[in-house]
Amino acid sequence: MISKKTGAFLGWFVLLLCTGTVCFFLGIILADLITKGWPALSWEFISSGPTEGMTTGGILPAIVGTVLTTVITAIFAVPFGVCCAIYLNEYAKDTSFSRLIRASIRNLSGVPSIIYGLFGLALFVQGLSLGTSVLSAGLTLGLLSLPYIITTTEEALRRVPASMREAALGLGATQFESIRDVVLPAALPGILTGVVLTLSRAAGETAPILFTGAAFYITGTSGALNQEFMALPYHLYMLSTQHQAIEQVRPLAYATALVLLIVIVLLNLTAFYIRYKHRNND
Amino acid sequence: MTEEKIKLSTQNLNLWFGNKHVLKNINAAFAENKVTALIGPSGCGKSTLLRSFNRMHDLTPDARIEGKLFLESLDLYDKNISVTQVRKRIGMVFQKANPFPKSIYDNINYGLKINDIPQGDRKGIVENALKESYLWEEVKDELNKPATRLSGGQQQRLCIARTVALRPEIILMDEPCSALDPISTLKIEDLIHSLKDKYTIVIVTHNMQQAQRVSDKTIFMYLGDIIEEADTAELFNNPQKELTQNYISGHFG
Repeated sequence: MISKKTGAFLGWFVLLLCTGTVCFFLGIILADLITKGWPALSWEFISSGPTEGMTTGGILPAIVGTVLTTVITAIFAVPFGVCCAIYLNEYAKDTSFSRLIRASIRNLSGVPSIIYGLFGLALFVQGLSLGTSVLSAGLTLGLLSLPYIITTTEEALRRVPASMREAALGLGATQFESIRDVVLPAALPGILTGVVLTLSRAAGETAPILFTGAAFYITGTSGALNQEFMALPYHLYMLSTQHQAIEQVRPLAYATALVLLIVIVLLNLTAFYIRYKHRNND
Repeated sequence: MTEEKIKLSTQNLNLWFGNKHVLKNINAAFAENKVTALIGPSGCGKSTLLRSFNRMHDLTPDARIEGKLFLESLDLYDKNISVTQVRKRIGMVFQKANPFPKSIYDNINYGLKINDIPQGDRKGIVENALKESYLWEEVKDELNKPATRLSGGQQQRLCIARTVALRPEIILMDEPCSALDPISTLKIEDLIHSLKDKYTIVIVTHNMQQAQRVSDKTIFMYLGDIIEEADTAELFNNPQKELTQNYISGHFG
């Protein structure tokens, strides 16, 4: 029998140990990325295209490609996802059918992203004849993002107290007016946080864009939506495993990973900022 | 004694939540420009009755209503009557102050906006409503302050201001003071006294002293039935039913 005090100490110690281990590996990954990626990072690296078989030069086309697909993902997935969540949370009756739909949406967020890639290939690239393009890839990532956006938006809407809705209804607002003027503004910070986190996840996905539009190498950064494009995660995959001179391009791969990380950190910081600003307004 | 005009009434009103019979054949009448208190132990149906007047059960999926409710001669549940019109004429103040997370001014202005009151009239109406609710002196210099920074009592008076700004005929109050301190409670009770010249008020309360202080008439409910209704002084001093006697003397509830 161990004493109460020893038990308490052991509990505390195990929790600390787990936290420490996680932080340790996280720190190693970050340190490794920064020490190996930083030297190759320069203004030229992020402002020019790859040259000489990608052994020199930068990753501008990949940055542009990733930003463009993410924008398309947002344009497609955010309005549909948010509207769908509003309907499910505010209007849909609680029946076994609506519960089935909700459960299906949750399950969709657990589907491996490669399956979205294959589905996007079948639907957008071939079915709708959009070809392998920025548009196809953006739409595929949009599909991948939908369940996350719906779930986080529903969560944010559910946190708006019923008394807020009643206050608006009691003044003669229609249900739609109460949602538009009271519920949505109150839920907005939560919705935006969910949207930003989802988009930053989509920006880092490789599998869904693999078959739907990401290219090994393109020269220009035309920005046309019907063209193939380079993307940061795919470029990274390619530099680290597929290139014929892997040792030579390794610093570039690290620098690319660092850029991708920075893009995602920036997106996440936006989410933090939104929440911080909202907390100060209360 | 002058004949009272009946403003609000129910006729054989029955209400179920799923299989639960919450209001049992209620026939009640509420006189114009009077304060009527609904009292009774928790679960007796008094809040449910109150909320059926402005049709707050409309969005409750398993609520079922039979019988009639009238505002004067208007059938409140008539298919041709829009619920928003009903709620404009029958305002409601809730148990917990629920100001919108907007400025003090916008809290009152919102109701005016959705009810299409001309832009030019709104400023005056907001000021009047705040004065009528005894809040003007406290907030006149900071109308743009978020309403959530007001004290609990001020928030509840703001909610009353928001309601009277629409010039309803009836104000329903669902335990408006249950979350307030005694001083704020007295302020709201004063306010109720001054409001009854213009409005017909129905108030649900758990506090029997409050019922005696603010109301002209009292209805005592128990398990979905109206047990007794009378002038407030009469009901508290000379209850006719044993159940009423037991409740007002604090034997249960």
